[in-house]
Amino acid sequence: MQRKAIFNNKLLPYLLLAPQLAITFAFFFWPAGEAVWYSFIRQDAFGISTQFVWFENFTDLFADPLYHQVILNTVIFSVAVTVLAMGFALGLAVLADRHIRGKDGYRTLLIWPYAVAPAVAAILYIFLFHPDIGLIGRALKAAGVAWNYTLNGNQAMLVVVLAAAWKQVSYNFLFFLAGLQSIPRSVLEAAAIDGASPLHRFRTVIFPLLSPTTFFLLVINITYAFFDTFGIIDALTKGGPGNATQTLIYRAYIDGRVNLDIGSSSAQSVVLMIAVMALTLVQFRFIERKVHY
Amino acid sequence: MAELKLSGIVKNFGAVRVLHGIDLAVQNGEMIVIVGASGCGKSTLLRIVAGLERATGGTVLIDDRDVTALEPAARDIAMVFQNYALYPHMRVFDNMAYGLRIRGLAKDDIKRRVQEAADLLGLSALLDRRPRELSGGQRQRVAMGRAIVREPKLFLFDEPLSNLDAKLRVAMRAEIKRLQRRLGVTSLFVTHDQVEAMTLGDRLVVMHEGRAAQIASPMEIFERPADTYVAGFIGSPAMNFLPATITEDGKGARLSDGNIIALPPGQFAAQPGQKVTLGIRPEHISLPGPLRLTTDLIEPLGSESVVHGRLASGETMALRLPGAPPSATVLEIAPRAEHLHVFDAETGKRLPPPA
Ligand SMILES: Nc1ncnc2c1ncn2[C@@H]1O[C@H](COP(=O)(O)OP(=O)(O)OP(=O)(O)O)[C@@H](O)[C@H]1O
Ligand SMILES: [Mg+2]
Repeated sequence: MQRKAIFNNKLLPYLLLAPQLAITFAFFFWPAGEAVWYSFIRQDAFGISTQFVWFENFTDLFADPLYHQVILNTVIFSVAVTVLAMGFALGLAVLADRHIRGKDGYRTLLIWPYAVAPAVAAILYIFLFHPDIGLIGRALKAAGVAWNYTLNGNQAMLVVVLAAAWKQVSYNFLFFLAGLQSIPRSVLEAAAIDGASPLHRFRTVIFPLLSPTTFFLLVINITYAFFDTFGIIDALTKGGPGNATQTLIYRAYIDGRVNLDIGSSSAQSVVLMIAVMALTLVQFRFIERKVHY
Repeated sequence: MAELKLSGIVKNFGAVRVLHGIDLAVQNGEMIVIVGASGCGKSTLLRIVAGLERATGGTVLIDDRDVTALEPAARDIAMVFQNYALYPHMRVFDNMAYGLRIRGLAKDDIKRRVQEAADLLGLSALLDRRPRELSGGQRQRVAMGRAIVREPKLFLFDEPLSNLDAKLRVAMRAEIKRLQRRLGVTSLFVTHDQVEAMTLGDRLVVMHEGRAAQIASPMEIFERPADTYVAGFIGSPAMNFLPATITEDGKGARLSDGNIIALPPGQFAAQPGQKVTLGIRPEHISLPGPLRLTTDLIEPLGSESVVHGRLASGETMALRLPGAPPSATVLEIAPRAEHLHVFDAETGKRLPPPA
């Protein structure tokens, strides 16, 4: 039986939706629309005249070797963060799924990093890796390693990857743990009786049964690494040294807010928007019909 | 094919003891059914045999080899779980081949063995399906197939039929029995269904609160239950129990209302004045007799009727009478002496035969 609308007043539903619609419009559609508009426009250096330039901002962007570098950075950064965050989380979840003493406390501790603000996480990593004041940084130097991530681009990349991955481990851990716990115990027991060693069991039963979770997390982690790591990069390295840790989202910020090149920054935002849409599409297409089985 | 020997199996979960020393010797090719109420420790015992659970005390011998401390994989057993525990992401073929591949059998061998098992169980057309594309009964067969292809020393079944509908359960029950006979594999079968237990087992282990109350053949258990628990558990409707006192001459038992029931001569060593519990099955009561039963519920079953009522002394009773239900509301009934069971009122144990 279909219930008819509870509201007799035709206006009331819209009134109730209005605040949400207003917020979405003001903070999402309006700026997004502006970004699209600005991406087709070029301003002179003093902001006096503007000119409609069609796709020139985009062609300039993709012709710029710096932008190529930034794309490469982003790919390296995202792959590294995703692999690290998911690998660690899976390992920890497997451990937590076992019947170990004090596992509840252990689980709670593992969830904390997710609640830590990016800036706080960054400061934590500065205290760990700074060449002069960092715990690990000083130890590395004492051990004879030429450690200084503020000067060495690769080292800077390593630190931002570690910090970004660390923050995401909790989230992945929760999902992996839930995934592991939804595997019936008896299936694993059957495999044990069939003669499978713990490692073989993991490879042939647990991991395949986790594949929907893994795929979901893969998309989530890539999205995170692409768009959600601005705070960590900004607080840790500001994209430096040089451009070593500039990712797409950070570059868009630099060009827009620091270099005041609104046209290019908007074009970059549009590129990012298209990337988000692509990822969301992939997610919907594949997660809806479960992966593998 | 193997012999299985359990001695003094004890299991504690934390401070709680759920198995209190189980001894059991299973012969080659024998089918043993472990039966008992929910929570009495049947699954725990089976899992200890499988190696999925560690015994707190006692030993498990398979073919005289002590496997108490071994992993499940090292015991060469197969188990069929209540929920079948199929690998959901594998096709039926791979489900059955999984254990064989781990053992490193040749591809042809694996194919032949799986094919044979599939033919035996009528699964040949389903080998390419995944478990979720199968009905409950088919899944059950796959679980059986996975156990069979391994050609293990021991089959363990933990209530494998309890998720099937009544009709399928009866069919699969017969099939399991046939299969077990044909393959001759030593088997332990756990169930809480007494009909399943009676029909499947060469011998039954009736468990009660972590102890084996009786280990014997189905008929032996039916005819000579070791205590009131076993007597009440096996048989439907359940055996009737009447408190009584042995008469001075030791030849009868006096009920609480003064009626005296004669004991079968030479079967029970009863002391005059001893407090006992008389047991009589509903089908072993005839008309007419000295006891007055006021009926309060009659269940006609076609060829027979089950009558429930209350004696003058207050005990409830059930009886099975052949033919149409009686019309009278008060029946005069008599327990048939040759089918009377006598248990000690205090311990609940069956009185031994006279020396
Ligand atoms: N892992 C465990 N931890 C603590 N107690 C347990 C555990 N497994 C079983 N028990 C307890 O041991 C007792 C026996 O359990 P078991 O599963 O062997 O019963 P069962 O006879 O198989 O019952 P059912 O017919 O309901 O399956 C129960 O009281 C149960 O609560
Ligand atoms: Mg059980």
